[in-house]
Amino acid sequence: MTPAEICTKLQEKFGADVVGPLVEAASPFVVVTTERIAEVAAFCKADPALVLDNLLCLSAVDLPKEKDQPRMEVVYHLFSYTHFHRFALKVHVPREGARVPTVEATWGVANWHEREAYDLFGIVFEGHSDLRRILLPDDWQGHPLRKDWTDPEFYNGMRVKPTEQMAERALKGEEFGTGPFKHDPDNAHVPGSQA
Amino acid sequence: MDALLRLFSLIPGWDQNVPAWASITLAGLVAAGLCLGFMSLGPVGYVYVERKIAGFMQDRLGPMRVGPWGLLQTIADTIKLLFKEAIFPAAVHKVMFVVAPCLVVTGAFMGFAVLPFSPTWQAADLDVGAFYVIAIGSLSTVGLIMAGWASNNKYALFGAMRSAAQIVSYEIPAVMSLIVVVMIAGSLSLQAIVGEQAGGLHNWFLWKFFPLNVIAFLVFFTATLAECNRTPFDIPEAESELVAGFHTEYSGFFFAMFFLAEYTEMFVASAMAAVLFLGGFAAPIPALQTVGGFDIGPVWLIAKAWALVFVHMWLRWTLPRLRVDQLMHVAWKVLLPISLFLIVVVGGLLTWPATANGFPWDRWVGWLLSALLFVYLATTAARAWRWHARQVREAVA
Amino acid sequence: MSAGITRPVTSAESVGWRIDDIGPDEMILSMGPQHPSTHGVLRIELITDGELVREARPHIGYLHRCFEKHCENVDYPGVIPYTDRLDYVASMGNSLGYALAVEKLLAIEPSPYVSTIRVIMAELQRIASHCVAVGTYGMDLGAFTPFLHLLRDREKILDVFEWTCGARLLYNYNWIGGLSHDVPDGFVRACREIVAEFDKVTWPELVNLLIGNRIFIERTAKVGVVSRELAISYDLTGPNLRGSGVAYDLRKAEPYCGYENYEFAVPVGEGKHGPLGSCFDRNWVRVVEMKESARIISQALDRLEKLEKTDVREKVPKRAKPAKGEVFARSEAPRGNLGYYVVADGTAVNPYRVKVKSPCFTAMSAFHHVARGVMIADIIALIGSFDVVLGEIDR
Repeated sequence: MTPAEICTKLQEKFGADVVGPLVEAASPFVVVTTERIAEVAAFCKADPALVLDNLLCLSAVDLPKEKDQPRMEVVYHLFSYTHFHRFALKVHVPREGARVPTVEATWGVANWHEREAYDLFGIVFEGHSDLRRILLPDDWQGHPLRKDWTDPEFYNGMRVKPTEQMAERALKGEEFGTGPFKHDPDNAHVPGSQA
Repeated sequence: MDALLRLFSLIPGWDQNVPAWASITLAGLVAAGLCLGFMSLGPVGYVYVERKIAGFMQDRLGPMRVGPWGLLQTIADTIKLLFKEAIFPAAVHKVMFVVAPCLVVTGAFMGFAVLPFSPTWQAADLDVGAFYVIAIGSLSTVGLIMAGWASNNKYALFGAMRSAAQIVSYEIPAVMSLIVVVMIAGSLSLQAIVGEQAGGLHNWFLWKFFPLNVIAFLVFFTATLAECNRTPFDIPEAESELVAGFHTEYSGFFFAMFFLAEYTEMFVASAMAAVLFLGGFAAPIPALQTVGGFDIGPVWLIAKAWALVFVHMWLRWTLPRLRVDQLMHVAWKVLLPISLFLIVVVGGLLTWPATANGFPWDRWVGWLLSALLFVYLATTAARAWRWHARQVREAVA
Repeated sequence: MSAGITRPVTSAESVGWRIDDIGPDEMILSMGPQHPSTHGVLRIELITDGELVREARPHIGYLHRCFEKHCENVDYPGVIPYTDRLDYVASMGNSLGYALAVEKLLAIEPSPYVSTIRVIMAELQRIASHCVAVGTYGMDLGAFTPFLHLLRDREKILDVFEWTCGARLLYNYNWIGGLSHDVPDGFVRACREIVAEFDKVTWPELVNLLIGNRIFIERTAKVGVVSRELAISYDLTGPNLRGSGVAYDLRKAEPYCGYENYEFAVPVGEGKHGPLGSCFDRNWVRVVEMKESARIISQALDRLEKLEKTDVREKVPKRAKPAKGEVFARSEAPRGNLGYYVVADGTAVNPYRVKVKSPCFTAMSAFHHVARGVMIADIIALIGSFDVVLGEIDR
C-alpha cells in the first residue's frame, strides 16, 4: 500500500484521532492522538491490509521552539514484512509531564526503545512493564537529550565540569593533555596534494 | 628406591653402621626430591612446548622474544609468578584458601610415587599401585572444591561444582578400563603390569585381544583427559563461561600451584596410560632397552608419556568445549557402557577354559572378531569422512 | 563498606533483582560487565538453579558515550567520525548508513564510481566483521584456533583499508556525497588477491575446523531458538533475522549504492541440525554471507575497472545545511539493518536530532526471551550468536 492509502485507511478507522497527514514528505507520517496510540498500533499490526508487524525505530524529538506549540514528539517508524511497505506514526506530547501509552504489547522491541526515550527525554510510557533508565546510570538526574539540558557540575560528589581556573588557563593558551604531539606535524597528510 | 638402596649399600660399611629405617627414610627422601624436581621443572618445558605448538597450529610464532626462540620465556614467567603478590580477597576463608592449592598439588604429586621408570627406579612398588594412583587422583577434587568454596565467589563455586561432578563421573570409566588391564596382568602392581608387556611392541596390552584393548585405551585416555580438566572437557575452568573457574580468585604463587598441578596431572595421567597400555618403560624393540649397558627405561616411559601429552595439547587447540550435560552424557552413556562391556567380554575371554588352557584366542576367534570389528571401524571412519567431505562440499557449493 | 560517597539512588526500582525474587535453590549470578565473553561491557543478571538459567536480564549502558547528544553539537560531516565509533568492528557500514541518510536530506546522488567503491568497502568490512563474529563465537565455545586464523585474514582487509584511508579501525571514509580518499593504484589487484585467498583457503578452513565440528554443532544447533514471529516482533535484523528463515536483505529489498547491479544470494537459516532459528543457523548465515560478500566484491571490482574515474570529493558539499525535514534511512550493516533517523531544522549546520536504530540494541532486547531455561554455557553461546557489539548498543 502507498502511504496515502495507509493514511486514508487509518483516518477511516480512527477519524479525527489521526490528524495532520503529511504523506508527501520524504518519510510520510500521520499524527495520532496520544491517548489512542496503543489502539492505532494494535490496529496497524493486526489489519490484514497493513500488517505493520515491525517497529523499525521509536524515537523522541524535543521541539521547544516550535511556533504553534512547544512540544515533544514520539515517532514510530513501522515496516511490514508481509507487504514490504513503510509508514510512520507521530505523537505530540507536552514538554513537561509527558505521558504516552506503551506499545510494548504490540511490538516487543518497543520495550527498550521506550526505556531509552524515558531515559533521555523523560517521557513516561504508561503501562510499561519495566520503565527504568537504560543507558544512563540509575542515579542520574535529568534527561540529557532535552534541548534545555545543561551539564551538571557534580555527579555523585565528583566534579565533572572543568573548573573556572582550568578554563582561564586554557584561555591564556596553556595546553591540556595534548602531550608531546604538535598540532601540525611535519608529515601531516594534506588531501589531494599527491596529485 | 631399590636402586637407591643398592647404591647406598655400595658405600663401604653402610649396611653395618646405618640402621635399615634410616637408610629407607633417606632413600625415600632422595626419591621424593628427584620426583619433586621433575614435577616442578617439567611444566617449564611443557608450557613452552604448549605455546609453541599452539603457535604452530594457529599460524603464528609463539614466544620469540626472551632468549633464543623464546626459550627463556616460561622461566621469566615462572619468576614473575613467584614474585607476584598473592592477593587474598577480603571475603575468602583464608585457611582453606591456602590449603586448597597445596592439596591439589599434593594430589597430583603423589601419583609419582608409584610410577615405574625402570625395574629399579620406582619410588615405591606398591602391590596396589594402580589402585593407589586412582585413589590419590581424587584427592585433587577435594582441593578444587575447597578452592571454589573458600574463594567465596560464585564463578569459583560453579567451577568447583563442575569439577567435582566431572572428576567423579570420569573416574568410573577410567577405573573400569583399568580393570581390563589389571585382569589381563593379574596384578595391581605397576611393575608387574609393565613386566607382562616387556619384550617388544607386540607384547603391549594395547594389542591384546585386539581391538578390545584399543577401545579400552581410548576410553582410559578420554577419561583421564577429562580428569585433567583439559579441552574439550575443561568446563571447570572454562574461561569464556566461568572467567577462570575455581582459580578465579587466585594469583601469584597460589595460581602457579594450580598450574603446576594441572601439568603434573597431565603427565601422570599420560604416564599411567603408557604404563597400562603402551608398555611403560619397556622399549618397543628389546634391543633398544639398554644403551651402553645402561637401562634407558625412564627415557622410554617419559617419551611415551610426552607423546600422549602432545595429544592432549593437540586436542586442546583443535576442539571446542562440551557443555555440562553433554559432558555427563559422554561419561555415563558412552564411556561407561563401553568400559562395562569391555570388562565383561575380556573377563569372559580370560575365564573361558579354552583361553585358560592356552587356547590361542588371538589366532582363531580373536582374529575373526578383530576382522569384523576392523571392518566396522573402517566403514564408520569412511562414513564419517564422507559425511565430513559432503559437509565441506555443500558448504563450498 | 567503608566510609565513602553514598550513592543517592533516585529511582525506586533501582538495579537488579533482590533476594526475595529468587527461590530457595536459586542464585543470582551477575555476568559482566567485566567478563571475558560478554563481547564488551555488557552485564547480564541471571537467576540460576544450578547450571540452569531461569531468568536473564541484560543491563546495558556501560559504554554510553552520548553519541546522539554529540551529534546535535557538531555539523553534519562532523558526525561521521562519531558514527565510526558505534560499531567499532564494522565502521565502514556505520558511516555509510549515515552518509546515505544525509544524502537523502540534501538530495545528493554520488557518482557510480563512488558508489562502487562504497560497495567494495562495505563488503570487505562485512567479511572482516563476520571474521571477528564467527571467530569469537568459536572462542566462546572454547575453540581458540579458528579465531586466530580468521583474524589473520581480517588483518589483510584492514591493511587494504589502511592503504586507502590511513586508518585500520575508525576510518572516517564514507563522507557525505563522496569519500575521503580515492582508492590507491593497485587496489583492485590487492582486493582480488584477498578474495581469492579467502575463497580458496580461509573459508574451507573455517568450515572444516569449526562449523563442521561435531561438538560445535552439538553446542549450537538446538540452543537459543528464535522463531520468525519473535524475530520480527523484536526487530531482529540482518543475520539474526535470516537465521530464523526470513529472507529479507536490504541490499535486495531496497537497494542502495547500486546493489541491484550485483548478483548475490541471500542466505537463510535452514535448520540443518536442529530447529530453525538456532544459534547454529544464525552463525551459518554469517558464514555463507561472507562467501556472498566475496562474490559481490569480485563483481564490483570488475565494475570499478570499467567505470570512468571521477573525483571522489566532487559532490561533497562545502557546507551541509539541509532544508527542514526528516529522514529515516536504513542500510544493511554487517550486524543488521542500521537505521539513522535524522531531523534537520533548516536553520543550523548541525543536525537537530540523530537517532540510531542499532541492530545490536534490538537483538539484545529479545535476549531475555531466548535465554529462559538454557544453561549457563548456552548464555555465552547466545550472546555470541546474536553477535552484539556494545559500542553500538550503548552508543
